[in-house]
Amino acid sequence: MKHESVETNAGLLIILTLAVISVGGLVEIVPLFYIDDTIEEVDGVRPYTPLEQRGRDIFVREGCYTCHSQMVRPFRDEMLRYGHYSLAAESMYDHPFQWGSKRTGPDLARVGGKYSNEWQVQHLIDPQSLVPESIMPGYPWLATTPLDYSDVAARMRALKRVGVPYSITEEEYEANVEKFGEEHARMFDINNAEEMLIEQAQAENFDGDSSFISEMDAMVAYLQVLGTMVDFSEYDDGHFAEFR
Amino acid sequence: MSQAATTAGSVPASSVASTEQYNYAIVKRFAIAAVLWGVFGMAAGVWIASQLAFPFLNFDIAQITFGRFRPVHTTAVIFGFGGNALFATSYYVVQRTCQTRLYSDSLSSFTFYGWNLALILGVITYMMGITQGREYAEFNWQIDIIILVVWVAYFWIYLQTLLRRNQPHIYVANWFFMSFILATALLHIFNNLEVPVGIFHSHSYPLFSGVQDAMRQWWYGHNAVGFFLTAAFLGMMYYFVPKQAGRPIYSYKLSIIHFWALVFLYMWVGAHHLHWTALPDWVSTLAATFSILLLLPSWGGMINGIMTLSGAWDKLRTDPIMLFLITALSFYGMSTFEGPMMSLKSVNALSHYTDWTVGHVHSGALGWVAMITFGSLYHLIPRLWGVNLYSLKLVYVHFFLATIGIVLYITAMWVAGIGQGLMLRAFDQYGNLAYTFTESVVFLHRPYVVRAIGGGFFLAGMLIMAWNIAMTVRMGIKSEAREREEARAAEARTA
Repeated sequence: MKHESVETNAGLLIILTLAVISVGGLVEIVPLFYIDDTIEEVDGVRPYTPLEQRGRDIFVREGCYTCHSQMVRPFRDEMLRYGHYSLAAESMYDHPFQWGSKRTGPDLARVGGKYSNEWQVQHLIDPQSLVPESIMPGYPWLATTPLDYSDVAARMRALKRVGVPYSITEEEYEANVEKFGEEHARMFDINNAEEMLIEQAQAENFDGDSSFISEMDAMVAYLQVLGTMVDFSEYDDGHFAEFR
Repeated sequence: MSQAATTAGSVPASSVASTEQYNYAIVKRFAIAAVLWGVFGMAAGVWIASQLAFPFLNFDIAQITFGRFRPVHTTAVIFGFGGNALFATSYYVVQRTCQTRLYSDSLSSFTFYGWNLALILGVITYMMGITQGREYAEFNWQIDIIILVVWVAYFWIYLQTLLRRNQPHIYVANWFFMSFILATALLHIFNNLEVPVGIFHSHSYPLFSGVQDAMRQWWYGHNAVGFFLTAAFLGMMYYFVPKQAGRPIYSYKLSIIHFWALVFLYMWVGAHHLHWTALPDWVSTLAATFSILLLLPSWGGMINGIMTLSGAWDKLRTDPIMLFLITALSFYGMSTFEGPMMSLKSVNALSHYTDWTVGHVHSGALGWVAMITFGSLYHLIPRLWGVNLYSLKLVYVHFFLATIGIVLYITAMWVAGIGQGLMLRAFDQYGNLAYTFTESVVFLHRPYVVRAIGGGFFLAGMLIMAWNIAMTVRMGIKSEAREREEARAAEARTA
């Protein structure tokens, strides 16, 4: 076939172009859904509680990903600085993924438990008060804005539709008890989403102010769970290397 | 200078008298919108660059913090400045090369209002904190639908115009524009598959999670670069470089080979944004391999553009518009060399997550995309309004401001990126980390100041361009009014 036939036929040009641009994506993306090794089998990874998920929504809203990654790479310096490298399984309930592309600030994949709640609250309100050299903006409004959780059940239903195992029916609830334990399964029950959110916020009082549930409560709840779900002491060194 | 003005800025009479034959009104609107978005988007860029150098500039105001404002900058420059410039030039080029009027005045007018409405809504919603949290695809799902409708209309207009051509052949620039329209549609649809929280709710959750979502996003992200910011601007290059040089394109064969190679290879390389992550190694190795291969068609395009000037190199001395076009191709060559190099896993281990990436993007975005756009608009706008450019001298001033700005920007980012990369992986004699993360942030301050200054230079050039174009358009409107006046007077005399 001469190239002239493509140049003189718009339909042919379009069909050939579509065919040529489809190959790369098909070869690289489709297998990720079918190759079992893509996501490791690992204990501990669970969906976010309603409060944590609302915190995650705020993390996305404020564009934290423009400066912070959530992906520890398998290098010695990163192991020392952040901890065990990130597993694919650890972000399996992350809609959207927040691996990031730029570290203007440090990686946050394992920030959970590294600092106290008080530190996180103070740091979010005024970063320079704790780290004078920091170039992070302050987020004082998180502490003063009441968390809107009126739509948390709707959000969880949407997440359920994209594959997060929140429960609606009794059966689904029982399956969650089996898989994640009763304490967590209660949190994943969409029927009680609001109560569960309030319960966790009041029990743990992340922002130190028990008069109302603030966006700060949700944000800190989310930050404190990051990277803490998998207990790496349970696995041999090099166990996860087999998946790479 | 006066001689240059006649050769570079003069307008052939035939193109002035073609308002009936071609739809120039729509091209004019998009061209002006491109300039306005350019000023706004680049100012937003200088603003967020200054925030990184001087964080008090965030002022604790939610709407203008870096995290919310960075998408404002990227959206305004990529889709506002770049997008409107692509609409303008593609609508112009398809008419000129097919020698037919653009299909449907009303539908093309719809693409203008629809596209710019989506962008304005995007800017407002980002500042309100409504975002999908996906880089370069932050538009929420309702805006995504507006964009999709506009894009389908764009495709339909382009196709219908091609089908109505009075030329047997579809010119090479149109292949690139068509591939850009098709690929962007594909990318936009798949990367924005989301489930909304509710029909009236602004938020939605993406269909995929974690590793699959990451792969999908960077397949999108890199091909937004590949098709939106490269293939489409090559379409621009394939028309405006030969036109401005007054010579045919260097090699027809090369354009065929590099077109098909480019559109095939680009789609494979997105995963090089995910080296060393939880993405399986086989994907990122494949992406790195194709990234290296991609050097060939990229340079094929650069060579084809630059060599078009062979035999007319003296134009670089006399024609500032040519300077823009050829410098753009040089930066294109440079950043398409740097890209494959950074996609090597060992280089990427250092460069990823640092400002080196930001510098690389800007050597492409400022050096290639913006420079080729400036050159094309300086060629296009006087022809649309049937006058000479207001000032060629100001085009020179713009050129040097822009070039100095880019050089400051990318050298600052090389220092920042490589410096921080080396600091973070340095160990002391006991095997402990030599620097804390905070120490690397302190080191970044000076490069960040230089980067903001470089951006300031580039913005200053953009403002001069806006002034130059405003004055040119004013002259055009005046001369049109005069012509109408004379025509009416002539009519009155005969009557």
